Amino acid sequence: MLAVKVLIPSPLLSYTQARAVEADGATLDALLDDLERRFPGIRFRMVDEQAHLRRHVRFFVNGRQVFELRQALQPHDEVAIVQALSGG
Amino acid sequence: MPDSHDLQPTPAGVSTPRDGSTLLLVATRKGAWIFHGNAARTDWMVDGPHFLGHIINHVVLDPRDGNTLLAAAKTGHLGPTIFRSNDMGATWHEARRPPAFATASAGDGGRAVDHTFWLTPCHANEPDAWYAGTSPQGLFRSEDGGDTWKPFSCINDDPTYRTWMGTVQDGTPDGPKLHSVIVDPRDPAHLYVGMSGGGVHETVDGGRSFTPLLKGLEVVEGFDPATPTFHDPHCVRLCPGNPDRLYQQNHCGIYRLDRPGDTWRRIGRNMPPEVGDIGFPMVVHPRDAQTAWVFPMDGQTVWPRTSPNGKPAAYVTRDGGESWHRLDRGLPAEQAWWTVKRQAMCADTCDPVGLYVGTTSGELWMSDVEGGTWTCIARHLPEIYAVEAWTGPAPA
Repeated sequence: MLAVKVLIPSPLLSYTQARAVEADGATLDALLDDLERRFPGIRFRMVDEQAHLRRHVRFFVNGRQVFELRQALQPHDEVAIVQALSGG
Repeated sequence: MPDSHDLQPTPAGVSTPRDGSTLLLVATRKGAWIFHGNAARTDWMVDGPHFLGHIINHVVLDPRDGNTLLAAAKTGHLGPTIFRSNDMGATWHEARRPPAFATASAGDGGRAVDHTFWLTPCHANEPDAWYAGTSPQGLFRSEDGGDTWKPFSCINDDPTYRTWMGTVQDGTPDGPKLHSVIVDPRDPAHLYVGMSGGGVHETVDGGRSFTPLLKGLEVVEGFDPATPTFHDPHCVRLCPGNPDRLYQQNHCGIYRLDRPGDTWRRIGRNMPPEVGDIGFPMVVHPRDAQTAWVFPMDGQTVWPRTSPNGKPAAYVTRDGGESWHRLDRGLPAEQAWWTVKRQAMCADTCDPVGLYVGTTSGELWMSDVEGGTWTCIARHLPEIYAVEAWTGPAPA
């Protein structure tokens, strides 16, 4: 099991009630599944039913943007979920 | 401008009215508001915002229990969901499974719900069942009060219907939509739906099969009216006073259909030519099927989609569309360039009927005399997407 630190953006605080949580997962996909188990509903706000990352949600692993759910994660990685700019 | 009605704040959680008073459920681009009117509809208390910053496309109260609220929500960043409340908005609970299309196999080009646009409670004999129409066009049903939703695959994934729905590029600027989900009050298996684009369709077998209902409807010049893709119904309504009569505000005019007939008649031809018969909303009288209202917009040249000449007005027919009469007393006389979207005009069930209009400029207007005079209830709201009215039962 991996302990990955996940930074939560303000639009998702209603799910986690915390700016940072720890989750498990060998890939970004698995990490989001783990978040879903603990915070029901959170995954669908970020990933659509065709397993595409939503247009204005971005993921950074250790400061580097990633675009694939199959992105591998290592123990003690830091995943930042970021709300991209989406207009006024 | 006339004075606004008296407007007082009220905390969330005020109970559903049981004194014949009226609620207004206002969905906007930046949240939802609930307006509590008194029985005379002269004073309104505001409760909100709910979901500040969320894009709320529709808020609907379940008329079967007079208690359950559903709200269709998304944000600029996050995917779509449904929130439910059983205490008039004091607390909200997110749906465990919001509307979502079936996951396609790799390479099949499956669709993803961008937002839920339309909510309709199912038949009175189907408690806790709801329909949802989405963008892109999809129809979904919940059997548990909006907590979990399943797709109507017979239309969502039907190859012919998928062709008729077109692509996102074929749809309205904020996404193609399935809307105007109408349940025949005499038969829960008889439904109508509208698609922009894609036309009006009917099922008589509870959704196992759908058929187009397009005869008589016009399309933009140069296109083939036999092709459902080119049809753009903006809003379709069934008359509670005569469920065999439908009215429709279309991209190409105002229409009436009397079943079992299947040919729409363009009653908008009887509108004043200088105003035309283009608009978004269509409102029917709760008891008199001869009476309906529209709110025209400018559909000339580049389609400004504003009040014609900056002079907003509703129009009413009292004879099934044979004639129309302008209703603008109290509304701005000039330089009012707003639009009323398809879900942003509605009627209550009082006598005389109250009419309610939400504008793209964030104003909420009402008339307690069926459009004879108008008064502003609220200003400075975000762009209004939908307004629903609900009048509680009068005391015994």
